[in-house]
Amino acid sequence: MSTVRAMVDTAGSQNPPADKRQRLTNGQLLLGLGIAMLAVLIIVTVFAPLIAPFDPSKTSPNSLAGPSAQHWLGTDSIGRDVLSRLIVGGRTTLLITAVAVFLALAAGLVLGLLSGYLGGMVDEIIMRVLDVVFAFPVFLLAIAVVAALGPTVPNLILTIAIVYTPAMARVVRGPVLSVKEWDHVEAARSVGVSELRLVLRHVLPMVISPIVVATSLTLSHTIFTVTALSFLGLGPPPPDPNWGGMLSEARQFMELAPLTVVGPATAIVFATLTFIVLANGLREVLDVGSWR
Amino acid sequence: MRLAKKRPTDAPLLQVRDLSVVFPAQRGNPPLAAVKGVSFDIAPGQTLGLVGQSGSGKTTTGRAILQLQKVHQGSVELLGEDLTKMSSSNLRRMRRHMQFVLQNPYSSLHPRMTIAQTLTEPLRVHRSVPPSQMRERVAELLELVNMDPAVMHRYPNAFSGGQRQRIVIARALAVNPDFVVCDEPVSALDVRTQAQIVTLLRSLQDKLGLSYLFIAHDLAIVREVAHKVAVMFGGRIVEMGNASQVYDTPAHPYTQMLLNAVPIPDPIIQRKRLRLTPPEFRFSADEDHDGPCSHGENHVRTGTAPWHQIADGHGISCRYWPPTS
Repeated sequence: MSTVRAMVDTAGSQNPPADKRQRLTNGQLLLGLGIAMLAVLIIVTVFAPLIAPFDPSKTSPNSLAGPSAQHWLGTDSIGRDVLSRLIVGGRTTLLITAVAVFLALAAGLVLGLLSGYLGGMVDEIIMRVLDVVFAFPVFLLAIAVVAALGPTVPNLILTIAIVYTPAMARVVRGPVLSVKEWDHVEAARSVGVSELRLVLRHVLPMVISPIVVATSLTLSHTIFTVTALSFLGLGPPPPDPNWGGMLSEARQFMELAPLTVVGPATAIVFATLTFIVLANGLREVLDVGSWR
Repeated sequence: MRLAKKRPTDAPLLQVRDLSVVFPAQRGNPPLAAVKGVSFDIAPGQTLGLVGQSGSGKTTTGRAILQLQKVHQGSVELLGEDLTKMSSSNLRRMRRHMQFVLQNPYSSLHPRMTIAQTLTEPLRVHRSVPPSQMRERVAELLELVNMDPAVMHRYPNAFSGGQRQRIVIARALAVNPDFVVCDEPVSALDVRTQAQIVTLLRSLQDKLGLSYLFIAHDLAIVREVAHKVAVMFGGRIVEMGNASQVYDTPAHPYTQMLLNAVPIPDPIIQRKRLRLTPPEFRFSADEDHDGPCSHGENHVRTGTAPWHQIADGHGISCRYWPPTS
């Protein structure tokens, strides 16, 4: 309780502006790095068609070529430009990730707030149901859903959202359990504030920091999950490129054209790392401490 | 004023009857009766001081009156309406008549809401002031608690404990309540600030005709503000009467012990007192035993409350007397 209190109180409350000469803390450096990496990711994703030097689906007889001035990362087995496919393929992967995490966050927020704030039977029912979902191995559940409903982008998004909802709900529920007993919430209740407003105005703002950090971490996990599922053939169908699918295609020709593997692998690592760095930076700066 | 106008003027503003609070059993611990059959009245414009040691049920009584704590038994009538039987929407409406000042001013203000936002919240909830006049009302409230209205756009962390407590009081007064529960309103403050807040509470009572339930463990402060005093022990009121009656002629052994525990500001006498071993009081927790009580009455047989009037307006409980008396 006291650690939660400390964590939340210092989080973002009007700290005096830091002295300019003062050295940046590790957290601030991490956060800056994370934001810079995220900016690269967003710019490349948004302007992908403009940045990509070639049409990602255009084949050429020049297959499995090494790096050249024209094709920086060479070409794949049917002569498509790897760099262009990487740039455009990031769109699919990152879009699936972003939408899935957004859905998981929305569902987790609602369930976590309901569960933590109302407590009692509601809490029991919600948490036990989520425990069941949580108990499923991620890939098993994903394979089952995608196998049953077909490997389309919406199905993939839905599956991943379901898989990550319990974790998000738990992250929300924990601090809500203690924040709802705090004095300022009781004071607001005694004033006559409605339950809905109590939750949204008096409880939710106190638990934002751990949620922000958890969301960033979940994003990094999800990128990995999305690419892994695509690698297993459960991702969006070809010919549209995506990182996991590219990795899977290139695997057979790894010895002939190593860059076709290294390219998507690096992209996946970079994107995953972006959100881990961001999460750690946020954790330090928002002073979430040992939460989670 | 307001609703009170329709009622006879001598009727109490708040009438608490046989109030009991039971905390449900948890993890192997048996259910705990925190408040047992508490009854009292508070007249308009009067203050009832509620004193007792930690864990005696003072705060729980205050919270139960405000319906922030589930009431197990008994009734709480404010302005003639029983709060314990109200629907939650009616209760929310009723909250404009009763307000709460909490103990710790550092935690009872929302850290991310400006003072103006905090003070407009009750006005908005009860629609007591049109939106165009909110600012004016906030400034008026701040002036009422002797603060500069210019600070309304700051956050709570810009203020000291005493200033925060003034803001908390301003929030409680925003909707023109009739009754305010002050739960240890000064015990988190330093002594000088305590005096200022007590003075403020008293002047507000004179100005606005407020009634207070003033919960505190500091006997000197309660004497300062209370018209009537109730002493709580083990979830019961063991003695209640006018402030002078309880302080000058305490009748219940627990009250006597409580008053004797107050240090005397004379080192010679105080040292002498400390050298004496404190009287060992063991208060028998006999609940409803069949037999004569310490006043020789068998309440189980007569069906009367275990309460004995010893003077006009001064009563004591026959519970928790040392077995020897």
